[in-house]
Amino acid sequence: MRIAIEHHTHYRFSEPQARLVQMLRLTPCDTQDQTVVSWHIGVDCDARLRDATDGFGNAVTMLYAEGPLAGIDITVTGEVLTNEATGMVREAIDPLPALFYCRTTARTHASAELTGFAAEHASGDPLERMHRLNAALHARFPSAPDAPDTGATAAEAFAARKTTSRDLAQIFIACARSLHVPARYVSGYRSDGEATHSAPHAWAEAHIEGFGWIGFDPVTGLSPDASYVRVAVGLDALGAAPIAGMRLGQGREELDVDLHVDRLGGEE
Amino acid sequence: MAANGAFDEIWGHGGPDHPRAEFAALSQWVADTPASELQRRQQAAETAFRQLGITFAVYGDSDAAERIIPFDIVPRIFLQSEWQRLSEGLVQRVEAINAFLEDVYGEGRIIKEGVIPPELVLLNEQFRAEVNRVRPPHGVWAHICGIDLVRTGPDEFFVLEDNARTPSGVSYMLENREAMLRLCPELFRDFRVAAVDSYPDMLLETMRSVSPGSKSDPVCVVLTPGHFNSAYYEHSFLADAMGVELVEPADLVVDDDIVWMRTIGGRVRVDVIYRRIDDDYLDPLAFRPESLLGVPGLIAAYRAGNVAILNAPGNGIADDKAIYSYMPEIVRFYSGGEAKLPNVETFRCREPQALKYVLDHLPELVVKLVDGSGGYGMLVGPTASRTQIEEFRAALIAEPQRYIAQPTLALSTVPTLVEAGLAPRHVDFRPFVLTGGNGVKVVPGGLTRVALREGSLVVNSSQGGGTKDSFVLMDDGAPSGQSQTQVQS
Amino acid sequence: MLMLSRTASALYWLGRYIERADFIARLVEATVRLDALSARPAGEAAWKSALAVSYTDDAFALTGNPLTQAHVARFLTLDPSHPGSIVRCLDMARNNARAVRTALTRDAWTAINRAWLLFQNRASTGGATATLNLVEQVKGETRGFEGAIHRMMRNEPTLLIQLGSAIERADNTARLVDVKYHLLLPKGEPVGGVVDRDQWTTILQTVSAVNAYRWVYNDGLQPRNVIDLLLNRAELPRSLAACVEETVGLLSALAKRTGLQGEADRMARARMSRLQKTSTSQIIVSGLHEYLGAFIAENAMLDGAIARQFRFT
Repeated sequence: MRIAIEHHTHYRFSEPQARLVQMLRLTPCDTQDQTVVSWHIGVDCDARLRDATDGFGNAVTMLYAEGPLAGIDITVTGEVLTNEATGMVREAIDPLPALFYCRTTARTHASAELTGFAAEHASGDPLERMHRLNAALHARFPSAPDAPDTGATAAEAFAARKTTSRDLAQIFIACARSLHVPARYVSGYRSDGEATHSAPHAWAEAHIEGFGWIGFDPVTGLSPDASYVRVAVGLDALGAAPIAGMRLGQGREELDVDLHVDRLGGEE
Repeated sequence: MAANGAFDEIWGHGGPDHPRAEFAALSQWVADTPASELQRRQQAAETAFRQLGITFAVYGDSDAAERIIPFDIVPRIFLQSEWQRLSEGLVQRVEAINAFLEDVYGEGRIIKEGVIPPELVLLNEQFRAEVNRVRPPHGVWAHICGIDLVRTGPDEFFVLEDNARTPSGVSYMLENREAMLRLCPELFRDFRVAAVDSYPDMLLETMRSVSPGSKSDPVCVVLTPGHFNSAYYEHSFLADAMGVELVEPADLVVDDDIVWMRTIGGRVRVDVIYRRIDDDYLDPLAFRPESLLGVPGLIAAYRAGNVAILNAPGNGIADDKAIYSYMPEIVRFYSGGEAKLPNVETFRCREPQALKYVLDHLPELVVKLVDGSGGYGMLVGPTASRTQIEEFRAALIAEPQRYIAQPTLALSTVPTLVEAGLAPRHVDFRPFVLTGGNGVKVVPGGLTRVALREGSLVVNSSQGGGTKDSFVLMDDGAPSGQSQTQVQS
Repeated sequence: MLMLSRTASALYWLGRYIERADFIARLVEATVRLDALSARPAGEAAWKSALAVSYTDDAFALTGNPLTQAHVARFLTLDPSHPGSIVRCLDMARNNARAVRTALTRDAWTAINRAWLLFQNRASTGGATATLNLVEQVKGETRGFEGAIHRMMRNEPTLLIQLGSAIERADNTARLVDVKYHLLLPKGEPVGGVVDRDQWTTILQTVSAVNAYRWVYNDGLQPRNVIDLLLNRAELPRSLAACVEETVGLLSALAKRTGLQGEADRMARARMSRLQKTSTSQIIVSGLHEYLGAFIAENAMLDGAIARQFRFT
């Protein structure tokens, strides 16, 4: 599948900022089943961009801008070719052993409720367990839109019964780790037929002995297919955040995201 | 009289009247100098420390927010031969620490080959994925190490703890020597003591040797959290002695993956940073998104190879308690030989045989939680009640992997000036080891901490500990006043 | 290597705070003497004016304490609750000094630290003699600091400390003359009326100018002469003329070393040439209070220009 992405992020500051330093995790990497045809990050002000690969294997871009800045627009445009791979992640840059992803974080701490929920789906081999968990989460939370990060932990979102794709991914991770299965958060794009989205998509990957990393998307209850573009991984939503930033200046910020993911044809 | 039959480093086992032959001059000095004169000098030293502001802050103690650490006028003395053997062990250990860090943030051979259980590294908070696959300039990670040692006999040294993050205390080593030279010059005629005052030059040389660029005159700075930090005196002392800027995070900006400092004339590029700030507060973009402290982008500049950071971020994995017990294996893995400087014998209760031994000998052992700190979850067998021992037995059987156990050691003593005159007091020792682009150097001296309370083994400054000067004797005929260092590359 | 912006700012403020601590010590000392010479109501007025000079009258009123030596002297020396006390000034000076330890010599640091130690764990000033002893010690340490600064290399750190103290001293002297003059010669009373010797001597004591006055003027104690000495005589280190000239000199020395020259230099030079052209009688005729008010405001603007020129923030 050939997928075109246009992702605008607009920040508006209530007071001008003297400086801005941001870390962008907005660039997908090539894998066996994902080829980046073209990719470009643009900024609407005088800024310096530097590319690197972080400790998780993500392509990151540092953005440095001098003020005074009333706001900043970051525009990402690109095309990616994908193959159907039944959720398997093959030949991704993966500098960390899978065991690392058994760590827990503040966002993905497994509450008693989450551990209990995970245990209900702990029958079968690890792969079956993860599929069961994925399906059960989908059944429990049939609607989970893509939305900006609210800062909720997996346990909070699970209790609140109102979730976004980010929350579901974190819940999946917390449950999988409580079953001693390495699991990680993935941020990326999904072409679901809708023209516009208000945030990037999020799902999870679990590491299954003998298979490697396999994607699970509790939003659909299925594994990612060729309509998914994998961008960044982390221990949780914070660690894979598309934009992390520090600004030097007072005041509040407003965030506005405008995202288009289009299929340009190719094998369906 | 030696305490509890412990080895006294000056008196040996013979008591004040029969000191070790090499140290007879020290006993003579003590005998020749009236106690009141010793007291006076000791007070003069402490007054000078107070006026210089060589203080440490006691958190949560507003009444005495700044205190000086008590200073003891009687020096501790190492023979050159003792020091030689000790240095070799230190060099070997620090080389292994550097090799270990290079490995775990790189290929991970030591994990793949099963020398260390992978979870001890990968699930350890101190393993920082943010610096995974970074190669620091010149491949050096632990530039400044402080290795905490205890001693039980003339050549029996044991490592209690490795400090590979931001070890402090070197300013005490230097100021204590200053005070001794001023107040007891006659001792330096009796003993030919290796100088320690070249430490700032050695440190600066270490910094310059790991500069990432090809600049002949790299810009080096010391990064401090600020003057409210308990070790601020040391930060400013070192910056001053090296003639480099002492900067706070707000003085640095990162632009285009390059670190700059803000000066009255604009920005100046920084090449080497000796940081005295914990990893967590170095760069909010990398480590703590919610923190407002630190220098945003610093890790990106570091990853890009544009700045050297001493010590390297992520070093905590090398001096972690859980890793400590594997140091003999780590040394063997990287050096191919046995560790010259042993650990305090440590039983890892995760291993069935060790567990059995520990359960059979609980009243003789100290049992510690691997992930505990500050004395929590600790059993001191010899002083514990029967109930406490039984509680620990149950806990050990339930979760053996969480515990280690060590024998209680008869720590050495050094004569120390107390109200009644001289008396033996227990000591530990922190030598400093520098690693640069051109090898490992051991500073001929270090920080001796002394437990001032009779019989106490607690040398912490917050709990009644003091410090002493540590003499390293030169018996090779080099003139006094020149520093002696061992170099191995 | 150019100095860190933060270091420059800390040095400048170190100079200001030490100077302020020294000034308050002199003010307290002179007021204790004045109080001892006066009948009770006059003593109260003396302490009231000392508060006004140090901008602390409102803060003292909030304590509800009576205007007695015991209360005001304690308030101006030991009370850490307001920024006008010696203890707070020394605290701020020491904090700034700690932040720039590497830019100071041991002597300079030790003097500040010793001054600061004078106030640790001290709750009361004691009686008049003890108060005089305490302020005498403060003066001793600030003198020691000044001496240490003079022995330091005449480089950027030294110049910035001296710049801070020159700006602070200008403000202190202007404020001292303004408040005291107002008090001694209320509106309408002609200059040269009945002279309260003790009061005028207090002013001279506060700026250490009793002997200087005798050297310069030989016609007894005259308010007009006191004004002339404190405003226009550059020979007196604490006069406005001296502070203004010193500021110009320090800024140009800094410009030479750092290459940084600008708004602050222009303002300081303009101020100096204006002051040199204005005679004491002109000032008195057109209104001393207005003149000093404008001077204090201009001094504050110059302080802002210095902060911008050396990128303090």
